Amino acid sequence: MTVAADQPLLAVENLCVGFATDDGLVSAVDGVSFSVAEGRTLGLVGESGSGKSVTSLTTMGLLRSARARVSGSVRFAGRELLALDERERRTLRGSEMAMIFQDPLSALHPFYRVGWQIVEAMRAHREISSSAARAHAIELLGLVGIPDPGRRIDAYPHELSGGQRQRAMIAMALVNEPRLLIADEPTTALDVTVQAQILELLRRLQRELGMAMLFITHDLDVVAEMAHDVAVMYAGRIVEQAPTDVLFADPQHPYTGGLLSSIPRLDTPRGDALAPIAGRAPNLASPPGGCRFHPRCPHAQPEHALVEPVLEPLSDEPRHRVACLLAPDVRRRIAAQAHPRALAAPRQARDAEPALLEVRDLVKEYPGRGGLLRRRAPHRAVDGVSFTVARGETLGLVGETGCGKTTVARMIAGLLAPTSGEVRFEGVDVAACRGRRLKALRRELQVVFQDPQGSLNDRKTVGAIVAEPFVIHGLLPERRARRRRVAELIEHVGLDPSLLGRRPADLSGGQRQRVGIARALALEPKLIIADEPVSALDVSVQAQILNLLRDLQRDLGLTLVFISHDLAVVRHMSDRVVVMQAGKAVEIADADELYANPAHAYTRSLLASVPGAPRHAGTEVTDAVDR
Amino acid sequence: MTRYILRRLLWAVVLLVLVSALTFVVFDVMPAADPAVLRAGRNATPETIAAIRHDLGLDQPITVQFWQYLKGVFLHFDFGYSYTSNTSVREQILSHLPATLSLTAGAACVWLLFGLPIGIVSALRPGSLRDRVLMGGALVLMSAPPYFLALAALYLVSDDLGKVPLLPGADSYTGLTASPGQWFASLVLPWLVLGAGFVAIYARLLRGSLRETMATDYVRTARAKGLSERRVLVRHGLRSAITPLVTMLGLDIGVLLGGAVLVERVFDIPGIGRLGYEAITHGDYPTIQGTVLFAAMFVIVANAIVDIAYALLDPRVVYE
Repeated sequence: MTVAADQPLLAVENLCVGFATDDGLVSAVDGVSFSVAEGRTLGLVGESGSGKSVTSLTTMGLLRSARARVSGSVRFAGRELLALDERERRTLRGSEMAMIFQDPLSALHPFYRVGWQIVEAMRAHREISSSAARAHAIELLGLVGIPDPGRRIDAYPHELSGGQRQRAMIAMALVNEPRLLIADEPTTALDVTVQAQILELLRRLQRELGMAMLFITHDLDVVAEMAHDVAVMYAGRIVEQAPTDVLFADPQHPYTGGLLSSIPRLDTPRGDALAPIAGRAPNLASPPGGCRFHPRCPHAQPEHALVEPVLEPLSDEPRHRVACLLAPDVRRRIAAQAHPRALAAPRQARDAEPALLEVRDLVKEYPGRGGLLRRRAPHRAVDGVSFTVARGETLGLVGETGCGKTTVARMIAGLLAPTSGEVRFEGVDVAACRGRRLKALRRELQVVFQDPQGSLNDRKTVGAIVAEPFVIHGLLPERRARRRRVAELIEHVGLDPSLLGRRPADLSGGQRQRVGIARALALEPKLIIADEPVSALDVSVQAQILNLLRDLQRDLGLTLVFISHDLAVVRHMSDRVVVMQAGKAVEIADADELYANPAHAYTRSLLASVPGAPRHAGTEVTDAVDR
Repeated sequence: MTRYILRRLLWAVVLLVLVSALTFVVFDVMPAADPAVLRAGRNATPETIAAIRHDLGLDQPITVQFWQYLKGVFLHFDFGYSYTSNTSVREQILSHLPATLSLTAGAACVWLLFGLPIGIVSALRPGSLRDRVLMGGALVLMSAPPYFLALAALYLVSDDLGKVPLLPGADSYTGLTASPGQWFASLVLPWLVLGAGFVAIYARLLRGSLRETMATDYVRTARAKGLSERRVLVRHGLRSAITPLVTMLGLDIGVLLGGAVLVERVFDIPGIGRLGYEAITHGDYPTIQGTVLFAAMFVIVANAIVDIAYALLDPRVVYE
């Protein structure tokens, strides 16, 4: 860790946080140490359940579970926080140390105006007249880039855009000029262009205020842009820690390497399979012995289950510390080999055949909500979109929240009637299909949804869920044949048939999404529409699902419409890409061409906003007003 | 906002007309017996019955009858005349209303005064001994039928037949204007009995709602601001948790104003509930119809008020 010669502002030593549960003590954080100096940013990286949020909440004193057992030391500006009583901690919270959260919509109180909430934060710590507090709040809202702050101060949170809400949240956190800002996934819920603006804002404010920042994220690209130093957490422990450039140049821990190669990137060759990390994060109630990563580590030796690794500095780079039992030269060799494996089969030729799916001048209008006398102008969610998808092709549909991509998907699937225009599947107009023809069409055309939790019926077993399409369409009436086919499907998507009797609630997010895919595959459709199929998943699981979709496509000759807000994921998956903005398709091009030479200004600004992306000439990340 | 309120009120009126139509169909179009016969008494000649039928307008077409009836209800608050006492139903209802109003208002105070603090205390330490005792007690109160509680209360503490004569018992109701002190004393037992079940319901409801809000992100934000726990609870937690209770409160009061039949009956309080009960036992159709319509009106009006209050309480409600 690089810290100034004097004391770091925040020093966490051997922090352990356990929760007493019915399954025994779950140690969410186990011996974590790090420090942050003023003006510096430490990135805390890890997947869900790695303990990063528990660490930050404990630091803030916001861990309020009566079942929590905390030990170790958290020193802030020389004071031991864990020894303070609640009243003393409260005086620090919101004044000396502040925090911003992942989802600004749920983190702001829905019933109070934004200005009221900012003023409340101010007056919690100092005597200030309400008019002076209000003036200061307006000033701050302007500082964080909210347009017309004098008016917006009286807005309710739901009246602001996602980016504006996070800006307001940041203004609220900075109201008392804290020395430490903890940012817990502050941009995860935001679109990529807004994310770029918020990250830039945080960097600027840090420069101006000289505060220390603890930046928590699962996104390695974001951390590369934001942090001076990085600590990678896995199963409650820090497994690797180094200055950012050192860590990304020379990742030592197999987990860090795995995370890096799990992520599709804009600058790696397309068509390569991702190298996901096998398995899933351990249950912290009974973590594996020895190195906690050993069950998922491809290089683990039997003795790794017995010996606990210690976070040790490298001999040639003492700022770089790793907790790994592999010998340093072995680690280097592994890192050198960690090229993503190439995909075996070539893409199918697709130019000669007629298009499988044809979308022409598709429009969806929603009527304006009317008053008693006058109706407001209708809202065009989709505005004249046209494209074709060839057999065996993957078409990516990319754009930010509200651009209309999901609406397009639902119209293709026949779940929503277009206002005008048509969707032709094998030459048949989808919207005109009724009754039996619609049912036949649905066999050919299946959807995988974003939220595998919400789209699977929790009352049914996995087996029943996958068998349901057969029942609905009256196929495989013989029970034994149906069961055999369901088991095949489950194996096909990489799940163990022993899971057939379980219910969705017992499965992990990745497993649930595999069930969703198995259900979509059951009827051997020709076209699968995947609507944000991986955006609810951790990166290592995301890589597994993306690889699965590609393998299935190759093996079954599926045609795929792949919808995502994540440009790198879309590029990784797609042959051609449609970029959507405000209901319109602003650019359609071959994936490689699109990412190498984006023609439309919006595509360029989208690409430039991706953390770690190469900037295209003449493109700036606009810190402009987001509406 | 104004437009929203106007629209909501307009809907309330439409609903009232619909309910009137329904009661009209039930009581006037398909009554169990001919009203004119009921009215005429025993040994009436066919001429008398015909005269009464003409008097009541029963010889007119149904549509005309309905129009007359609507005009009467909405313009003159006229529900016709009671078969048994031959006084106007409107006057009967108005004379019975103060008792029901007193009973409902007092009971609502009782259940809010006890229910809310119990809910808060339980929500703050879920699973604690205190929580379990309070919620267990709530369950018992909720399960006990009001007439049982009423009889038990009379048996234990009423001054006429109670084991420990403390409070006035049944048939002691005195009007507020006649004697405020006696009015209060006579209503203490009914208030407690009627409120008891609601205490339990409101305590449990608030407990659930408050536990939910205290676990939200915005309450965590409030703590991250360094606010005192008291302020976090009152301004951030309760402010949201109370909203669903307002809805309940409006509807419950609306329903009770239509007559708390059981409690009014046991304590012999001359309210709308007892009026309706007696009308039913005597087959007094106009009075039944009047009380039913009156009760429905209270529920509809309460509903409208609740909707409007909800829009005022939660800024996210769209006034469209």
